[in-house]
Amino acid sequence: MRHIISILMENESGALSRVSGLFSARGYNIESLTVAPTEDPTLSRMTVVTRGSDRIIEQITKQLNKLVDVVKLIDLSESEHIERELMMIKVRAEGDARSEAKRLCEIFRGNIVDVTASSYIIEVTGAASKLDALIAALDENSIIEVVRSGTTGIPRGLTGLHV
Amino acid sequence: MGIVELSGAEILMRCLKEEGVEYIFGYPGGAVLHIYDALFQQDDVKHILVRHEQGATHAADGYARATGKPGVVLVTSGPGATNAVTGIATAYLDSIPLIVISGQVPSPVIGSDAFQEVDMVGITRPCVKHNFLVKDVSEIAETMKKAFMVATTGRPGPVVVDIPKDTTDPSIKVPFKYPKQISMRSYNPVVKGHKGQIKKAVDVILEAERPMIYSGGGVVLGNAAKELTEFTKHLGYPITNTLMGLGAYPATDSQFVGMLGMHGTYEANMAMHECDVLIAIGARFDDRVTGKLSEFCPNCKIIHIDVDPSSISKTVRVDVPIVGEVKPVLAEMIELLKGSKKKAPAKAIKEWWKQIDEWRRMDCLHYDRGSELIKPQFVIETLYEVTGGDAYVTSDVGQHQMWAAQYYPFDKPRRWINSGGLGTMGFGLPAAIGVKLGYPDSDVVCVTGEASIQMCLQELSTALQYNTGIKIVNLNNRFMGMVRQWQEFSYESRYSHSYLDTIPDFVKLAESYGHVGILVEKPGDVKDALKEALKLKDRTVFLDIITDPTENVYPMIEAGKAHNEMRLAPGSIGSRELA
Repeated sequence: MRHIISILMENESGALSRVSGLFSARGYNIESLTVAPTEDPTLSRMTVVTRGSDRIIEQITKQLNKLVDVVKLIDLSESEHIERELMMIKVRAEGDARSEAKRLCEIFRGNIVDVTASSYIIEVTGAASKLDALIAALDENSIIEVVRSGTTGIPRGLTGLHV
Repeated sequence: MGIVELSGAEILMRCLKEEGVEYIFGYPGGAVLHIYDALFQQDDVKHILVRHEQGATHAADGYARATGKPGVVLVTSGPGATNAVTGIATAYLDSIPLIVISGQVPSPVIGSDAFQEVDMVGITRPCVKHNFLVKDVSEIAETMKKAFMVATTGRPGPVVVDIPKDTTDPSIKVPFKYPKQISMRSYNPVVKGHKGQIKKAVDVILEAERPMIYSGGGVVLGNAAKELTEFTKHLGYPITNTLMGLGAYPATDSQFVGMLGMHGTYEANMAMHECDVLIAIGARFDDRVTGKLSEFCPNCKIIHIDVDPSSISKTVRVDVPIVGEVKPVLAEMIELLKGSKKKAPAKAIKEWWKQIDEWRRMDCLHYDRGSELIKPQFVIETLYEVTGGDAYVTSDVGQHQMWAAQYYPFDKPRRWINSGGLGTMGFGLPAAIGVKLGYPDSDVVCVTGEASIQMCLQELSTALQYNTGIKIVNLNNRFMGMVRQWQEFSYESRYSHSYLDTIPDFVKLAESYGHVGILVEKPGDVKDALKEALKLKDRTVFLDIITDPTENVYPMIEAGKAHNEMRLAPGSIGSRELA
């Protein structure tokens, strides 16, 4: 099953490699990983999307907690949460494809953020599955380039991950 | 008294003094010259000059295992640092507290492939509990405080502190104050166990009809041998120890059924297989212990006490997990047991002991006592006899390690010093030097083989320099014995590169290093030779004992097999009756 693990850790050099090294050393897979400092510059917030049985996910969270730089973590998938990913996708926009791309962009509530005579860059945010759906909807030959940020997430309601 | 201004190197020395460090094991080089200069100008910390950085880590590790204090290592950058990595990994796998200070090239040239530069923090990341790169001289004191705290608390382990040369520059002085206490918001190991879980565990323990206590290195590391013994005695249940846990419960006691696992006793492994309640204490269900996981303790409830939550349910599902240090958890359990009205079902426990005694009758540690060749098991038994069972025994890795574990019953913790997790050949000799420095008046014996001993042989020179009178018992069978044994069992005796046909004359070798060498070739000479070696208190004695090259370690659970599928010694009662 897919899990989104959100980690609050010391914003130290090497912190990212402690986490990525743990995943590769123990053979856990990483679907995506994002990291950036929080409102407190001494802390980084990292979001890892991974897959595994309940047992593997239990080990992953325990092993992550064991890292000395990790302050706290939660498995977002265990409760109500908001999940978002940003994608920028560059498509060919010539002839009929130009209006088709614009129409699809509207359906997916994206924005066109760059326009040339022959291309668009569409910016779209949403759950990873929504971004997958947009890619699937576009003609394969029309896609020039895809950039995705990786998933980030936050629990719903008053609860939160903080020191 | 005002705050003193010191250089980074001087600060480092003061930190070690504040931590009560007696010995630092190391080897100088370019990046640590400032530190060595400060070391030269103080008398609080004694430096032990090894001959190879791997030896430094193993010696510090042996010192730590025997004394319970953290071991401290000082190496230079580049090759000095990489040579230390095997020793760091050895300590990591066995959860031994080490502080490894490695020199680093000066900060401005880090990342430029400078002379003797290696990314030590990157290289050691997967085999340390934590590591630090010091970025400024003002960070040294706090970093060292953190390093000692992390290494010695919770589940202990090695910590590397990588120190760029410019931060120890003698001309740059900063105010020094060693923090008395330090807290890290990201590091809070659990101490006490959950009360509800402990109560639940006690209930399960008292309902058991075929209980088994399985304890590991965590009891030794957690200084909980006394509590474990009281707990086990109170219950009257059988107990087995892992290789790392030997000595945590007196091996000569009647409730002890021997070590378990791949080369564990028949009775210990059978009791594991047939038990209905397993009480795992400071043990981590290592693959050499469990054998085939799908058939491990098939019909039992498992209680697991461990300070490291990630050890719980890692390989084997646990029914009653208790996260906490074994010492306070066991103390609480003893309290509850003593106050409990519920009693263990006496009749069932009596039946269980009857069954265990039946398994014991199989005489699984049988070997041919009439042999004209020296049997390695006989050497260990004789060693036990002449040392009164009270020596510190270090070992290398292989057959001799298993025989030492099987035939030298340890009654006290921290007496049995071996590389269990990583299985590092070359560990025994430097470890023995470290142990001897910790306990100069005790007998320290390194049980080894002619293959292992050659992996850190250069430390014979260190043993002379510091006059550590250790005794080396070299079980010389002219083979990498354990490799040969596996090749005999699993590769139709194709002994691929497990034979050593150019073995040095160890007697001459020992003598050339300034030690005493004794060659032993007959069973009748073993006892006298051992006695003579022990009599030479202040000398290092190398006993080269020529043993039967065909001897195998029994019992054996081959890789991938279950606890009830043991290979027993030819000639034993078990091998006849169970065939």
